[in-house]
Amino acid sequence: MIVSAIAFYVFAAMAVAAGFMVIAARNPVHSVLFLILTFFNAAALFVLMGAEFIALILVIVYVGAVAVLFLFVVMMLDIDFAQLRQGFLQYLPIGGLVGLILLIELLLVAGAWVITPEAMQVAASPAPALEQAANTRALGQILYTQYAYLFQAAGLILLVAMIGAIVLTLRHRVDIKRQVISRQVGRKRHEGVELKDVKPGQGI
Amino acid sequence: MEDLLREYLPILIFMGLSLVLGLALLIAPFLIAPSKPDSEKLSAYECGFDAFDDARMKFDVKYYLVAILFIIFDLEVAFLFPWAVALGDVGMFGFWSMIVFLGVLTIGFTYEWKRGALEWE
Repeated sequence: MIVSAIAFYVFAAMAVAAGFMVIAARNPVHSVLFLILTFFNAAALFVLMGAEFIALILVIVYVGAVAVLFLFVVMMLDIDFAQLRQGFLQYLPIGGLVGLILLIELLLVAGAWVITPEAMQVAASPAPALEQAANTRALGQILYTQYAYLFQAAGLILLVAMIGAIVLTLRHRVDIKRQVISRQVGRKRHEGVELKDVKPGQGI
Repeated sequence: MEDLLREYLPILIFMGLSLVLGLALLIAPFLIAPSKPDSEKLSAYECGFDAFDDARMKFDVKYYLVAILFIIFDLEVAFLFPWAVALGDVGMFGFWSMIVFLGVLTIGFTYEWKRGALEWE
């Protein structure tokens, strides 16, 4: 038990430190790499709580896909880093003001938080204890039947995201040659090669 | 809970070992490698010419499209894992629920294929 306590404090401290470095790092690419480190630490914390499935999904989806997307976005922006840092002090008051307002909002939310009894019932009823069923199985037992509408809504959101990404970013260039495999395969010999019977000493 | 965490102990030990090894390989060169920099060694080398422009160039937006399409199918596969584990418990309704979900995403996949988003130019 002492090992898990030590592991918790190490991972939690690393998560907070890496989260701070996300906003403190000067190079945006380094920020994204620190964000990946934060995700890994959060996954370790989920494992310590017993939520293995969430932990591994965090690694697969966030580290494997979302962080790569962030890297692409950072590299797509043509930022002059020296110029970016110039106005930092100039915008510090307004940035600090926005941060302060967000902090006050967070404190108000945390202070006025009330958990309704219905929510406690919902949270308590469907999930079996960890000893009875592994949590991937417990999730599968309710996600596809009890929460089928939300599950289908998730599918529709993914469909909208797919179509939106294609509509926004797909540009077909017209001035380049493309490979059409069916035309390549369908070519006959007489379309490509012509045999000429050349008499000696005459030429074509 | 205790048993669960005990199964993860080898991973923790492995992470500790790799941390020590990685840090050792990073720090040892700082201490023992000879370092005599001069301006010729530190300048950018581009086939004997002076460097034409900055190495940081913009990525094409095409990479972004590939990444976002990857995320969507990644999430689809993430939904498949608990379904496959609990398939014996959820019955026919759970089975067809997933088939409808896959059908919706197959519509998107067909659209993507027909629009040529999977082709690289």
